[in-house]
Amino acid sequence: MSAHPAAVAPVEKAPLLVMRAISKAFSGVPVLRDVAFDLYPGEVHVLAGENGAGKSTLIKIAAGAHTDYEGEIVLYGRPTRFASPQDATSQGISVIHQEMSLIDSMSVVDNVFLGRELTKNSSGRQWTDRAAELKEARKFCVELDLDIDLSRPVEDYSLSVKNRIEIAKALAFNAKIIVMDEPTSALSGPEVERLFALIGELKRRGCGIIYITHRLEEIYRIADRITVLRDGRSVGTAPANELPEPDLIRWMIGRELSSHFPDRKTTLGEERLRVAGLWVERPGTAGGRKQYLVKDASLTVRAGEIVGVAGLQGSGNSELFRGIFGAYGRLSRGKVFVDREPFTVKSPRQSVSQGVAYLTSDRKGTGLVLCLDLAENITLSSLRAISPLGLLSHRSERSVALKHVRALGIRARGADQEVSTLSGGNQQKVALAKWIECRPRVLLLDEPTRGVDVGAKHEIYELMNEWTRDGFAILMITSEMPELIGLSDRILVMHRGRMTAEFGRAEATQEKVLKAAMADNPV
Amino acid sequence: MSELPLPSPRARGAEPGRPAEEATPEKKNALARAFARPWVRAVAPLVFVFVIGLIFNAHGAFFQEGTHRDMLRQVSVYGILACGMTLVIITAGIDLSVGSVLGFCAVLFALLSIHEGWSAWGAIPVVLVAGTACGLLSGGLIARFKMQPFIATLAMMVFGRGLAKSISGGEKVSCAVLNPDGSYKYVEVPHIFTVIDHKILHNDIAVVTLIFLACVILCWILLARLRWGRYLYATGGNEEAARLSGIPTLGVKLLAYGLAGLFSAVAGICQAVQEQQGDPEAGSTYELSAIAIVVMGGTSLSGGRGGMLYTLVGAMTIGYLEKILSINAVSEASRLMLTGGIIVAAVLFQKVRK
Repeated sequence: MSAHPAAVAPVEKAPLLVMRAISKAFSGVPVLRDVAFDLYPGEVHVLAGENGAGKSTLIKIAAGAHTDYEGEIVLYGRPTRFASPQDATSQGISVIHQEMSLIDSMSVVDNVFLGRELTKNSSGRQWTDRAAELKEARKFCVELDLDIDLSRPVEDYSLSVKNRIEIAKALAFNAKIIVMDEPTSALSGPEVERLFALIGELKRRGCGIIYITHRLEEIYRIADRITVLRDGRSVGTAPANELPEPDLIRWMIGRELSSHFPDRKTTLGEERLRVAGLWVERPGTAGGRKQYLVKDASLTVRAGEIVGVAGLQGSGNSELFRGIFGAYGRLSRGKVFVDREPFTVKSPRQSVSQGVAYLTSDRKGTGLVLCLDLAENITLSSLRAISPLGLLSHRSERSVALKHVRALGIRARGADQEVSTLSGGNQQKVALAKWIECRPRVLLLDEPTRGVDVGAKHEIYELMNEWTRDGFAILMITSEMPELIGLSDRILVMHRGRMTAEFGRAEATQEKVLKAAMADNPV
Repeated sequence: MSELPLPSPRARGAEPGRPAEEATPEKKNALARAFARPWVRAVAPLVFVFVIGLIFNAHGAFFQEGTHRDMLRQVSVYGILACGMTLVIITAGIDLSVGSVLGFCAVLFALLSIHEGWSAWGAIPVVLVAGTACGLLSGGLIARFKMQPFIATLAMMVFGRGLAKSISGGEKVSCAVLNPDGSYKYVEVPHIFTVIDHKILHNDIAVVTLIFLACVILCWILLARLRWGRYLYATGGNEEAARLSGIPTLGVKLLAYGLAGLFSAVAGICQAVQEQQGDPEAGSTYELSAIAIVVMGGTSLSGGRGGMLYTLVGAMTIGYLEKILSINAVSEASRLMLTGGIIVAAVLFQKVRK
């Protein structure tokens, strides 16, 4: 498989945007290496790749959110270096985020002109001209077929309407380049059609659109050209009609399955975890029409087994874990059994005491208490056991912590080092140690190696093997395909909240799993 | 830590492929390194204020033992409130109601022991329970209904003041009891009042000061030695991570606000005893002094960091500041302005040194 040469532009026009030899590293870890990308007026250029391939970093550079990168950006034929997101916006680049960037409590018109308010005249620059703003905004809304009250707060409207308000905002800024990052992830079928019609209209006006999606169907519906990123490098660019689906998937996955996964000899024991017909409600929708993040999920995990739960963003796999763990409180529907005993899903506290542990995917946000030290974090979930009568013993806390420091190879100055000062891999090991110390029967691991360098990753793989040998059952989410294939004894695939496929260790390939995770129709 | 079988920082820095910034910069000078310790940052303002006292000693008044004893006595009621406030602030909350609850408890204590003639063994527990109930009420609103601590305790602050005025009829509850015919009947000051308002140990230490120190020790034990103390830090440091670690964050908040209410009641009893009456206006703006003490000590308003000994140091800093200004006969107007300025300076100082 050789990288395609830069494909011929669909239209004979000057490019709006050319990015050349873009490289970017986060604290020494390269995220983008020598990436090229261009965009012509009137085209939809899809940026494809696995999670973590570097798509959003590239977009952030294009939108001025990252300013320290190597390489060159040529905008409308002129070399440019954006000083800030505002700078990029003022030069005609608008980003429509998957999580909306509108301010919910402000009115539609105020949102549309946020940061570029129309003023009465040059002398009275402080006085916004609301009448003119309303008139302008109404003009954009007519163009977008958006019949809404402009002075009502944005929060009154549905996601689909908000989506179009964002586009109205982009138009108000006179955007020539519009970046859409998973714009359809929260839209229903007809709403998606409306968005696509609108994209057609934007193309006719000569806007260029950079489109990111995880859905294969969408790529082939609207793409003019496709650029694939993998591991921070550009694999190639091709016109959509010259890149059939199998090739696209191969471009996205590419590499051979590396052999850096430790050998696994699986000895399956008793059934450890069984989930039957589990539904997870979207929090905060209890009153009105119920929406479900996880629909009718059933699975079993046996002692000594690692089961991977694959799924793209929004597939509901993290929510499944949170649901089992009781992070959403009691379940509306479904049953969970641990060691064949009914398991009460009520609260994280209840789950921990019944032997289920949940490593969150966001160690800084929800995994660790950063202002506490290493020992305090490691013993946080098992304090009950090591503090008889509620009295802390710093000595036993330290000895517990040091035991894990040694077993997991945590590199730290001592048990009293604040975890905020540890490196990412070591923080992750602290979060793991916290759960191992509870001696859980079931481990739910959400992205156990996220943001961890290669060496530490390997160590975590070894540890997972060791724990399963000790009889833990592991349910794991990872967005890294090789890791999923290399570690899991079985792989379950989720798509839009449902379990859509299951693969054994022997039959699972990256192509099959990715296809099942992206397809709207179960394979 | 010497027995740690861990690689030394230098060995770590030498490891290939590890970012260089992980090795601690050892080249900072000794002063800067000293100021990196939180307790040094807490004690520095106290030392500074003390030195000011040595210089502006008001013709030797600062060198008299009584000055220091009075400082401790005068800061005690604020200090007791600051104990509860420290717990609440460590959970990343705030309690604005402590002053009002103090007023309510002072009135209740005076009513029960002076007018109703209850013995101390009856009156004190009832008042403590009442104060704790106020704290639990606002804690419940915050924990169960996810109300913002500022709002919930602001409501309790207003409500508590109303409660104090309602049970006192808006009048000070003192030893002069109004008869139905409009004349006053004077009753004797209950024994418990003289006991608490006493000075013991050769007339050197006020009982109120001892109560304050006892509160400090209790809170210190909770924060540094008990499991629930750790839960307070964890909840304040990262509530969601704490919850997902199986910590009962709801109970943790109830504990913090309940204890803040309890300490307000203790402070209310001390206040009533010192004034020999229950004033429904007692304790207004005391919540601000309590917050100032906690912040002066270096406990962070964003939660998860700080401790009881910092608050003790903060209380002494504020206490000495007030005392020095008053023995030098600085007018109240200038005193208030100076205190405000010095709080800002102390907190800025702590920030810069981070």
